[in-house]
Amino acid sequence: MPTRRQFLRYGVAGALALTAAGIARSQPADRVYRAASGAEPLTVLGAEDRAVLAAIAPALLAGAVPERRDALVGSVDRAVAGLPPHLQREVLQLLALLGSWPGRRWIAGVASPWPEASREEVAAFLERWQFSRWALLQQGYHALHDLVLAAWYARPDSWPAIGYAGPPEVK
Amino acid sequence: MIRDPIRDGLAAGWKVTDASRLERDLVLDADVAVVGTGAGGGVTAETLTAAGLDVVMVEEGPLRSSSDFHMLEAEAYPQLYQESAARKTLDKAITILQGRCVGGSTTVNWTSSFRVPEATLAFWRDRFGLSVLTAGELTPWFERMEQRLAIGPWTVPANENNALLARGAAKLGIATGAIRRNVKDCWNIGYCGMGCPTNAKQSMLVTTIPAALARGARLVCGARVDRLRLQGGRATELVCAALDPRGVHATGKQVRVRAKHYVLAAGAIGSPAVLIRSRAPDPHRTLGRRTFLHPTVISAAVMPQRVDGHAGAPQTIFSDHFLERGPIDGPIGFKLEAPPLHPVLFGMTLQGFGERHAALMEAFPHAQVLIALLRDGFHPESHGGAVGLRDDGSPVLGYGLTPVVWEAVRRALLAMAEIQFAAGAKQVLPVHERAQPYSSWAEARAGIEALPLEPLLTRVVSAHVMGGCGMADSPQRGVVGAGGRHFQLANVSVHDGSVFPTSLGVNPQLSIYALTARNASALAADLTGKAAPPSG
Repeated sequence: MPTRRQFLRYGVAGALALTAAGIARSQPADRVYRAASGAEPLTVLGAEDRAVLAAIAPALLAGAVPERRDALVGSVDRAVAGLPPHLQREVLQLLALLGSWPGRRWIAGVASPWPEASREEVAAFLERWQFSRWALLQQGYHALHDLVLAAWYARPDSWPAIGYAGPPEVK
Repeated sequence: MIRDPIRDGLAAGWKVTDASRLERDLVLDADVAVVGTGAGGGVTAETLTAAGLDVVMVEEGPLRSSSDFHMLEAEAYPQLYQESAARKTLDKAITILQGRCVGGSTTVNWTSSFRVPEATLAFWRDRFGLSVLTAGELTPWFERMEQRLAIGPWTVPANENNALLARGAAKLGIATGAIRRNVKDCWNIGYCGMGCPTNAKQSMLVTTIPAALARGARLVCGARVDRLRLQGGRATELVCAALDPRGVHATGKQVRVRAKHYVLAAGAIGSPAVLIRSRAPDPHRTLGRRTFLHPTVISAAVMPQRVDGHAGAPQTIFSDHFLERGPIDGPIGFKLEAPPLHPVLFGMTLQGFGERHAALMEAFPHAQVLIALLRDGFHPESHGGAVGLRDDGSPVLGYGLTPVVWEAVRRALLAMAEIQFAAGAKQVLPVHERAQPYSSWAEARAGIEALPLEPLLTRVVSAHVMGGCGMADSPQRGVVGAGGRHFQLANVSVHDGSVFPTSLGVNPQLSIYALTARNASALAADLTGKAAPPSG
């Protein structure tokens, strides 16, 4: 059972924290199941997940995106919906952890509720996870980094700032 | 208007089933069931149908073709890649790019074509008893597949991203060579990784699979193979789950294929996983072991001139200088190449976030990138990884990045930075969470010497998964024989990169084509009782 082994091997503290926060099971898994039974849903993120991402994305994209962009959260949502179930589950667990009070306060170390957290506060949290001694938190950083940056640079409106004209005409 | 051979074929009545649309279970009978439609599955299907055998191909991914290939990463990664191009090893330290579509990785690869090096074959003969696999034995098969797939020299000047590798290396006295490509009338656009929009790339999608379908083979796409049913040392049925149109969830409908013979060609993570889920005999614990990746590290540079690494044939120059400096089983050597650069992959791969990341992205038109592909599986302490299953049955590769790998990573980051500065770089940035852009070779050398080389700090990627159903002369040392036949299951073969007992030291597609052509021809002869036909 690699998932469990992974938790044990790569971050006992993180796994304990997840369980202590009472969210490692139940809610996210149920949501994946509901998505599976529905007809082609393009979204899997709940309102709380979106609020977490709406706060984190501007810190990841500082210098690239001028302001908070709800559309970007929609892009992340669609990207998550296309991931295989095991990855969807991991992303939803991560966002549920961050969205919970103990997760935000004690594991992410962000004192303010997400909608009120400053960009500096969020950036400091991201940097702590980026260089954490706990692999689980580093993995969490990479998941957020990859999801948000991929969603942004997939969008044609991100290309002018990086001098990319988009693909050529082929007819 | 570019002709779409797949849409033409479908209109002409090819027998293709999209499993996502099944309203009831589907049961098919065939001579041979082929799992996967990449380099191994495509060549197998063409070879077997040429011998008159009735073939059913099963593919997990969708059937997409040139009309669908819009050169957009946002479309290509979720549709054409395993796990939306976010597949990672168990500890998430290595990102793995593999195709998941009809044509497999050949639909999305960068067209680099190399024959397996003689030094690799010699190692296999020596350590795995593969005495039959000599250059003389394989040369005719290489020639045959090179002709079939239009593999030849690329005569158009290299794009600037590749030319800089050649120029920087030349300044340092490091030899480079030209990469051969499997293309016909290539437009030199540079979007091979998102599916070729002009059908120039001679992938399985436009060559062997259409040939097999034209001869009456059947293709079921959007169906994930769950397992082989086994009885008395034989496979009796292939059981597959139909997937929803986005390929995420099972719909609950089954596809079952009953065949005389079963060929696994699901790639070096997929094929071992099918056998593990099937509870295939594994008396010597060789199944899913010794999985190799060519672990790849990355060095980005900012050039004074525009590079436009997204434009032009993606990989045309290589250097084997650092593979040839010592014994093959000594300190791990590496191959140098220059990858195509596109915004999503580039943005995800670069370290850091916020203002610093945005500043690097602004240099995108001037970015030059080198990659070093480490030749794993030869050093006595390079055992590779192991494929296992998650609770939901999906496969996952555990791969330990050990000290012998990290020692090579440091040499590779140093070598790439030195070449980039020799080529005129203003700045060089090893892709590592602790690295900063360095402004001179001296600064880079000191910086790289001091970098802590650890998982999740050093970016490591792979597009070459090999091993896991290794070939050998005996079941103690492998899963299949040199002909690809499973040691314990009489009517099961493996025809893909999972049969390689080590990594190759070169991009693998051509070696899979050639070995598969050989083994599929022998299988066709066995199954029909006739000698193999002279050409595919």
